[in-house]
Amino acid sequence: MRLQPWNRRHLIERIMQIAMIGSLVIVGLCLGAILWTIIARGLPSLTWQMISQTPKGGFYMGKEGGVLNAILGSLYLASGATALAIVFALPIALYLQTYLATSGWAQLVRLALDVLWGIPSIVYGAFGFTLMIVLGVRASLLAGIIVLALVELPIMTRAMDEVIRRLPRDLAQAALALGSTKLEVALRVVIPQTLPGIVTAVLLAFGRGIGDAAAVLFTAGYTDRIPTSLLRATASLPLAVFFQLGTPYPEVRERGYASALILTIIVLLVSFGSRWLAARLQRYTVK
Amino acid sequence: MSAHIDVTNLNVFYGKQQALTNVSISIPRQQITVIMGPSGCGKTTLLKSFNRFLELTDGTTITGAVHVDGQNIYAGDVDVTAVRKRVGLLAQRPTPLPMSIYDNVCYGMSIHQMRTSKADYTAAVQHYLELAGLWDEVKTRLHEPATSLSIGQQQRLCLARGLAVEPEVILGDEPTSALDPISSQHIEKRMLELKSQYTTVIVTHTLRQAKRLADYVIFMYMGEVVEAGVAREVFSNPQQERTRQYLEGVF
Amino acid sequence: MAQNPIQSTATTRNQRVVVASRRRTDTWARRVFFVITVLPIGLIAVVLIGLLYRSWPILSRYPLVDLLFGVDWKPSEGRFGFYSFIVGTVWVTVVGVGLAIPPCILVAIYLAEYAGARIRLLAKPILDVLAAIPPVVYGVWGLLSVVPLVETVLGPWSQQLLGFWGLFAVQQPTGFSVLAGGIVLAVMITPLIIAVIFEIFNTVPVDLRNASLAIGATRWETIQRVLLPQVMPGIIAAIVLGASRAFGETIAVLMVVGNIAQVPHSLFDAAYPLPALIANNYGEMMSIPLYDAALLCAALILLVIILLFNIFATVVLKRFVK
Repeated sequence: MRLQPWNRRHLIERIMQIAMIGSLVIVGLCLGAILWTIIARGLPSLTWQMISQTPKGGFYMGKEGGVLNAILGSLYLASGATALAIVFALPIALYLQTYLATSGWAQLVRLALDVLWGIPSIVYGAFGFTLMIVLGVRASLLAGIIVLALVELPIMTRAMDEVIRRLPRDLAQAALALGSTKLEVALRVVIPQTLPGIVTAVLLAFGRGIGDAAAVLFTAGYTDRIPTSLLRATASLPLAVFFQLGTPYPEVRERGYASALILTIIVLLVSFGSRWLAARLQRYTVK
Repeated sequence: MSAHIDVTNLNVFYGKQQALTNVSISIPRQQITVIMGPSGCGKTTLLKSFNRFLELTDGTTITGAVHVDGQNIYAGDVDVTAVRKRVGLLAQRPTPLPMSIYDNVCYGMSIHQMRTSKADYTAAVQHYLELAGLWDEVKTRLHEPATSLSIGQQQRLCLARGLAVEPEVILGDEPTSALDPISSQHIEKRMLELKSQYTTVIVTHTLRQAKRLADYVIFMYMGEVVEAGVAREVFSNPQQERTRQYLEGVF
Repeated sequence: MAQNPIQSTATTRNQRVVVASRRRTDTWARRVFFVITVLPIGLIAVVLIGLLYRSWPILSRYPLVDLLFGVDWKPSEGRFGFYSFIVGTVWVTVVGVGLAIPPCILVAIYLAEYAGARIRLLAKPILDVLAAIPPVVYGVWGLLSVVPLVETVLGPWSQQLLGFWGLFAVQQPTGFSVLAGGIVLAVMITPLIIAVIFEIFNTVPVDLRNASLAIGATRWETIQRVLLPQVMPGIIAAIVLGASRAFGETIAVLMVVGNIAQVPHSLFDAAYPLPALIANNYGEMMSIPLYDAALLCAALILLVIILLFNIFATVVLKRFVK
């Protein structure tokens, strides 16, 4: 019964364990490498001017200015798209769970959402752009918001559906037993109880939306001005990074790295913020 | 009577909650020992300390010693898979592995490389299925999935699978609680037949089953052993007030 | 008359009104909800039909075989062969998924079967952050780290050790290559694949593991012989899901893969995947006849392939949810 250290079975066990821990370490190192690269190359050019000013004349040759237009543009785009997506995602998730549960129609809708989730944003972007040509609409904040909402919708709905599915059955049944209608269950029981998860789902979609370049590439346009109207074109951070990296001027490329750092910081703030917020809200739910 | 399993000062904590307190007990060789007590008294915890199953749960702390044949199975250099080969477990619900009936019985033997030829394995499969009283029912369908068996047959298959790795001890965690009365009888009958070859330890919550099977009983309450002794004596003349109350059905 | 505190103040009459209005609200809500639920299904149909309609000019003019397997890409001369773009996409995807599979499976198994609560708590934010990093940032990382790595380290090594084998020969030593795209994609799809495989392992009942462990199997034997055969379809589905994500990825790949319209023959050759083609050219040069239709046709090809991937993965994974 003593352990035989070079027993073949235990050797395999050891090797596999080492391989697994090694893989986890590699994944961690990749993350470290990404963050380190972005910080090391982005930080030197990350000045106050970068985040407080719009591009001045000659900005794209390395002169004065910042990317405030892109920061605000991205926030507008992602906020608008998220708000629009909530309007559809929440009813769909509630309807799927409280009204339909696991009927055939619900399965079909879920399949559709999974499929939508898989469609690459470049396809949404290209589709949106053709639609705009047909309708005679120019690239604008509104068009960007609508296409980005299409990208966010399946992400948000699936996450909400998942959260609501985990709601204990008894809770909804307790409310139904008191004579509530399903709508009342949805609004008074399901939403308050799953609020932390819903908030997480919303912020997850927001984070995905703000980082997406392919969807807004054709639809939102790009401008040096801060958008003042839904019908004007707007800049966005991912595209600011992309365009600045494409120039031959080293100073501009350096600013591109700084823009990437700004985008990363925003996305990480949203990611950690959502977890913090969910933990705060957790206190108000029935365990 | 020689003890097969010796437990000394065993304490088990799940997180901060204590499940077993200073348990010291001896389990006799080649008899059926029944651990009984009200639910939540630590019966299953004690049972699972014998095959080191407690450590599968996160946050479990174990102190003390469990000796099987004089060897502490919690000593640092002990190979846990060897412990589990010697101390088999029949779980509460039958747990056929997702493979054929034949492969279920073969699984443990092939892991421990206990045979060398296919023919030897086949002979062993037949032997252990016979031992578990299942052979006649499955001999024509050995390569069908194990899940195609009835629950009662599945439990006997699990018994055969456990016996196939040639354990010395068989643990039963309420092994008949998920079964219908006929299937339960089957399992009980097997256990009585096998007890001359194996040390058997069973947890049960039904007193009648304890009386039918036990040579030796351990009565537990709130994580402690209240009384242990030869079954006939404990049942007819319990020494402790708590034991008597339990036997009279107060709990 | 003093009111009995137990008795409700509502009269039977207005009780009935309340019930009726509540029921009406519920019925209306149900209708509105239902209409909204049609949206996802409708959206797929609209996107498909829209792209099909807009790419019809080119689909009706050239045989499908010529479009899919034609190597010539000279839009100004009216020659539209997608072959090199399709092959480029496939190469980058296969390399990315191939690099991602072994560590993803190992990490997922480790987290599901071995790791204690502490390690899981440590691993979760790593995977969450990897999933949250935007594609363009992956692209920047690829440009700054992966491309130079391929150019100065991996390329020369490979040329020296395996240069006789075409797949590993370095013809275009710029670093902008299938391999660079594959590495970036591999890291991008890692959190997705790990999350799906982890979930699948969690659907396997604990009893099954215990049954194997109780016989004295080691953990790895239990995984290899009991769990893996059970979850294999799910793992394949997870990989397909990752592949479809990689297949459609645009910006990150575009930044590191070189974008030369050619059929790559080596890991170190540049490629030009379909999404990059669309992103780089759509909205410009619209004066060339059929160019617009050709790019939308590229989007349609992309969409159809990904639809097939996703439907396959979803149908397989659904079996595990039960």
